[in-house]
Amino acid sequence: MVIGDYLQFAFVQHALIAGAVVAIASGLLGPFVVTRRAAFAVHGTAELSFTGAAAGLVLADDAVAGALIGTVIVGIAIGLLGVRERERDSAIGVILAFGLGVGVWLLSKYHGFTNSATAILFGSIFTVSDDQIWLLIAVAGGVLVAMTALYRPLLFASVDPEVAEARGVRVRMVGLAFLVVLALTVTEAAQIVGTLLVLSLAITPAAAAQRLSARPAVVTGLSVAFALIASVGGLLASLETPSVKASVWITTISFAIYVLARIAGAQLIVRKRS
Amino acid sequence: MVSPTVSLRAATLRFGARELWSGLDLEIAPGEFVAVLGPNGSGKTSLLKVLLGLQRLTSGSVTVCGRTPRRGSDVVGYIPQQKAFDRDIPLRGRDLVRLGLDGHQWGTALPSRASRARVQRAIESVGAAQFADAPLGTLSGGEQQRLRIAQALLGDPRVLLCDEPLLSLDLAHQQATSALIDARRRSAGTSVLFVTHEINPVLPLVDRVLYLVGGRWAIGTPNDVLTSETLSALYGVDVDVLRVRGRIVVVGAPDAAHGDALASHHHHPVDDDHEMPGARTWS
Repeated sequence: MVIGDYLQFAFVQHALIAGAVVAIASGLLGPFVVTRRAAFAVHGTAELSFTGAAAGLVLADDAVAGALIGTVIVGIAIGLLGVRERERDSAIGVILAFGLGVGVWLLSKYHGFTNSATAILFGSIFTVSDDQIWLLIAVAGGVLVAMTALYRPLLFASVDPEVAEARGVRVRMVGLAFLVVLALTVTEAAQIVGTLLVLSLAITPAAAAQRLSARPAVVTGLSVAFALIASVGGLLASLETPSVKASVWITTISFAIYVLARIAGAQLIVRKRS
Repeated sequence: MVSPTVSLRAATLRFGARELWSGLDLEIAPGEFVAVLGPNGSGKTSLLKVLLGLQRLTSGSVTVCGRTPRRGSDVVGYIPQQKAFDRDIPLRGRDLVRLGLDGHQWGTALPSRASRARVQRAIESVGAAQFADAPLGTLSGGEQQRLRIAQALLGDPRVLLCDEPLLSLDLAHQQATSALIDARRRSAGTSVLFVTHEINPVLPLVDRVLYLVGGRWAIGTPNDVLTSETLSALYGVDVDVLRVRGRIVVVGAPDAAHGDALASHHHHPVDDDHEMPGARTWS
């Protein structure tokens, strides 16, 4: 079969839509993740969506709702405990360690299918249901609205917190709002593509984009474009190669873009200097 | 008499049991240049925060241009000390300046010819046009401080609050930076409140000095305040103020405002002499 044949299947279409929506949201947040050095926050919230999912399963037999609610709590906790940048990583580490412990305990209380919880760690992109597609699009839409509203004060607070505060930006509140948006995005992505892929979509494309431009709008545009290429490209490639999983393709494409961007970025600097 | 831009009456600021200053009376006239001196922890930066509307007085009153300071007001401009930006921070010099115009507002900026022109004018007025499109992370401290001034002047402030803006700049850039601030107050009548640990680079510009030490304060012309008598009374220990080749050197002033035993043994001049050969090789 060629790719065109696969595209007629509903599960393939769903996977592509899911991959694209998650890529757009992640690519949009990425430059802020890099500028705010929040890579560990991405990792922490992604892994802790496992605990939320486990809690959701035990309490209401609903892993997705549990993960979404849990992640908002985790985002706020990280924001409140790690006010200063130096404290933040240790605060995330503390919450992550305890949270995973709670997750393991919760899972031992659950006597249904543990698949739904473990799927979060690895993702299950080709089993995305209709309902999940709509949920994904709704949350991604919310992320888009929130990021549009937050854009300027978040940029200001991220690059220049003292002056932003002096100009009246509520730096702490904006930072907290960002962590909640980030946690929601990451959890959504983790449902579909797994914890590992979240990192390759939320950080790598933005890091590559920053190598190529210093214009905020261009960096954001490139970050979204790179995330889309990696996500959709990886899914399509995996259809042709049954032995190689989509996640392997996505992380590989993402990494290849980053390496190329570093090489091209070095060339740009050399040319500007001469 | 013209009405003052900044007015503090019986102003007191206390954090718990720690009193930064009390009964502070200060009126600053339009175009006046006031240097704020004092050891670490004496409440210099907190005074700026009060005027920015970020910190409330414990007691007393404060007004800026006749009103209680309010967060995000265009009436005050703020220039911080130079800092190291990440090399690949996704921002050009121009974008940093632009944030001073509308970076505190919600939403994304719509393309606007008027805003762009305003940013461009501010950039040209500080002589930063040449490097305004370079990535922020590649600019020198001196170039950055020019952009900072453009950023602070975009809102057309009546009061400029400067928090150690010359720190870690070399002598040439210290002069360039303070000359730009001086030009602004002369052309537009903007009052300048200039927090510094080093008076000499701005000594020719200073109209009055506010000296804060451990809850006590003194205000007056540099010649009135920067004397052995006044500073000895403020610090409560013998302090010598020496005038050497037009520069002022303070000897014997304890480091910190609040009896840190180690610091008070470590006597050193408030002014590091930057005119020593080799002292300005960094930038």
